[in-house]
Amino acid sequence: MHIVDRRLNPGGKSLANRQRFMRRAKAQIRKAVHETAASRGLKDADSGGEVSLPARGVHEPGFHRDRQGGIRDHVLPGNKEYVAGDTIPRPPSGGGSGSEGSPDGEGEDDFRFALSRDEFVELFLEDLELPDLAKRRVVDTESLSWERAGYSVNGSPANLALLRTVRNGLSRRIALRRPKPDEIAALRDEIADLTTDDPRRVALEAELERKLRRLSLIPYIDPLDVRYKRFEPHPKPVAQAVMFCLMDVSGSMTEHMKDLAKRFYVLLYIFLRRKYKHVEVVFIRHTHQAAEVDEETFFNSPETGGTVVSTALEEMRRVVAERFSPDSWNIYAAQASDGDNTASDNDRTAQLLTHAILPVCQYYAYLEVGRESEHFPPGFIRRDSDLWQTYAEIVRAGAPLAMRKVNHRRDIYPVFRELFARKQVTAGADSA
Amino acid sequence: MSQAVIRPLFEGADWEFSTIQRAHDAIQQIAVEELGLDVYPNQIEVIGTEQMLDAYSSIGMPLFYKHWSFGKHFARNEAMYQAGMQGLAYEIVINSNPCISYIMEENTATMQALVIAHAAFGHNHFFKNNYLFRQWTDANGILDYLEFAKGYIASCEERHGEAAVERLLDAAHALMSHGVHRYPRPRPTDLGAEERRERERRAYDETVFNDLWRTVPGGDKAKHDPTTDERRRALLQLPQENILYFLEKTAPRLQPWQREILRIVRQIAQYFYPQSQTKVMNEGCATYVHYRIMNRLHEKGLITDGAMVEFLRSHTNVVFQPEFDDPRYSGLNPYALGFAMMQDIARICNEPTAEDQHWFPAIAGQGNEMAVLRDVWANYRDESFILQFLSPRLIRQFGLFHVLDDAEEPHLTVQAIHDERGYRKIQRALARQYDIAWTLPDIQVVDVDLDGDRTLVLAHRALNRVLLEEKDARHVLQHLADLWGYDVVLREVDPAGDQLMKEHAASPRPGILPAP
Repeated sequence: MHIVDRRLNPGGKSLANRQRFMRRAKAQIRKAVHETAASRGLKDADSGGEVSLPARGVHEPGFHRDRQGGIRDHVLPGNKEYVAGDTIPRPPSGGGSGSEGSPDGEGEDDFRFALSRDEFVELFLEDLELPDLAKRRVVDTESLSWERAGYSVNGSPANLALLRTVRNGLSRRIALRRPKPDEIAALRDEIADLTTDDPRRVALEAELERKLRRLSLIPYIDPLDVRYKRFEPHPKPVAQAVMFCLMDVSGSMTEHMKDLAKRFYVLLYIFLRRKYKHVEVVFIRHTHQAAEVDEETFFNSPETGGTVVSTALEEMRRVVAERFSPDSWNIYAAQASDGDNTASDNDRTAQLLTHAILPVCQYYAYLEVGRESEHFPPGFIRRDSDLWQTYAEIVRAGAPLAMRKVNHRRDIYPVFRELFARKQVTAGADSA
Repeated sequence: MSQAVIRPLFEGADWEFSTIQRAHDAIQQIAVEELGLDVYPNQIEVIGTEQMLDAYSSIGMPLFYKHWSFGKHFARNEAMYQAGMQGLAYEIVINSNPCISYIMEENTATMQALVIAHAAFGHNHFFKNNYLFRQWTDANGILDYLEFAKGYIASCEERHGEAAVERLLDAAHALMSHGVHRYPRPRPTDLGAEERRERERRAYDETVFNDLWRTVPGGDKAKHDPTTDERRRALLQLPQENILYFLEKTAPRLQPWQREILRIVRQIAQYFYPQSQTKVMNEGCATYVHYRIMNRLHEKGLITDGAMVEFLRSHTNVVFQPEFDDPRYSGLNPYALGFAMMQDIARICNEPTAEDQHWFPAIAGQGNEMAVLRDVWANYRDESFILQFLSPRLIRQFGLFHVLDDAEEPHLTVQAIHDERGYRKIQRALARQYDIAWTLPDIQVVDVDLDGDRTLVLAHRALNRVLLEEKDARHVLQHLADLWGYDVVLREVDPAGDQLMKEHAASPRPGILPAP
């Protein structure tokens, strides 16, 4: 008999099959991923996990007999009261008494399986990338990191390259034929064994003398041998980002609108998570006054009041100045609103945005959320909201500001894709 | 002089490789010397969870070609396992020589002893001796064949593209259940055997020669002039129930590599064919063997009382049979039925009642239960085994009853219960449930329109007027049309009156075959 321990075999034997399966069911998995992501909280939106697929897409068909019709025999265990000739009302399932089962052991139930976080995000954000304007900023805000770059002959003792130093010493000792301690010991033994008047003694003693001198002249480690690890500074893109969620929570924002905004924030968050190791989220809600709040309050707690957008921008400027220096943070902001703003505030909003907010932001998106039922007959021109008009003015002046209108849940993802689709050159209000 | 004190093979739950070796040796001694089992050499492989899931998804085989459906099964099993909805098997055993058993690293020492007794001796003996396995599977060659199949399919993917191979495998897998020869064909014979048979036949003729027969008047054998129809069918070996075999040999437009892949799928289906026909016996045999061995180990003092209790707990779980009105009921448990029948046979051999004497005169009171069981394991499959050995006592014990479900009647009718009039009927009905000819639809290729548009005609003989599940049948037929390259028609007929019940048709889609 042999016992083989297979536990140490490399894992992932069925990875190729898994990839084939994922490719096969890609369209369905993608859809499932989007549905799953929408139902999660903002911060665990991209944590991977179970998704559920309809079974029919990956069904493996086979010839088998129908579960209904015809004449069937069943032999069942556990008879208690029946005698031959009894009749039993047909069970509601129509089929027999459960002894048939589905032939391949799987019904038309949904097919559930787990995706890893990477697979999840990969599918979720296929073909998307940060717009070019972000890259410019990334270069501007680089920080330095020290990376190993070979050896040098000077440096601080902490950086001593021990292995390299000892190796250099060894090769030098070999090259200069430094006598080894063993050789000297052997020579001494030989001399000790000789009688005092042996003729070879003098020669050996001279030899020993020569070797000892050589030993003291050639050091074990010479300053020449010493090497230090060398480090060079390398520019490194900032690996952290902060995402500002700004939202109007005044009475005119319905639950539906907030839901739309939340979906957009989720997408943006997942997207940033893929690019940056560390992503902070700041929630700022505003009515006629603004405040930084936690996620729960942000989405769920109702608030009344007027609408002054500039207060939110002011709050954001304050938070940036306090905690998120643009030198070390990539700043992204997404603002969601139904477009209302106090008329007198528009100028101030435009000023703040152009001069204080946009210069420090990598990216600023404005999402105007509308009512689900909102549609206009063809040919009817819809009046743009106050905020939209204000922002459109800024965009026309060439500022990097992305703006879109969204009325329905199903539009969120297309709009997001549109904003970040690959090969997109500029972000701007080109469609409405 | 005192005898050496017998120490248990292990204490506690922990084990190491020497424990397994000791347990194996002790079990082997009992299995071979006391039970008289005849097994392939064993190879025991210790695996972890992920490898067990791997083995699950490739039908338990250690190596397999790549296909998305295996990935699907892996993903589902993994999700169910992680959600705690499904435990993993303690072992998987492969019908090969040497016989490979996988055992899980999480098992306790007792469980390792149990699975060695169950798989490495019980199943192993069954694989080596049962006539179906001897006839249909080649335990020596299967691993080499799978290696070849894997390599061949990978090379086809390189040469013809993954998509093309995947489409072909999809189609072949859909037809896999109808890619087996159900009945043994004459094997190719060698010259020596031919000569020997010829000699025997002549010798027989000589012994029974009677000149009188020559004088009996009788017309010339009516020379049958085969019509072209029959001639064509004979040439194409129709009717043919092995659809994959038929396609491999006859489909007009398949490429040689495509034929080879169909052959691979067909060979693998054939390899697994005996397993589906011997579930009850195979598990019954293995369960009976492990039960005997574990008890014997305990008697000999080789396992502790604690280990014995752990074993019994696990054993009773395995052979638990819920009753039909229990929410846990999902069909007859092959472990329960098989084990009960094996024990019952042993009982009939050793302590028969008058009833047993009447029902099983050949084995009742025969005394040597292992000889009888070994003979049973070698020469029966589930259907014939149940028909022959399901005793009235067991029918009473299980409370088996037979229900007839006729879709045209408003009620189900109880046909037979565990009484004098019912025993035979229940034997017959239950045996039929395990008869693969009854459970799998009988679909055959019956004709090809060679002169016209090459339409392939299949017939499903709808046993008891049960039709095919329509959606799946359409899908499979579509795959079949893709492989055949021309239209395909499937007729469902009532075998009672050859009356047509339903007809499906499919036309080929482009994709698998090259353009004509």
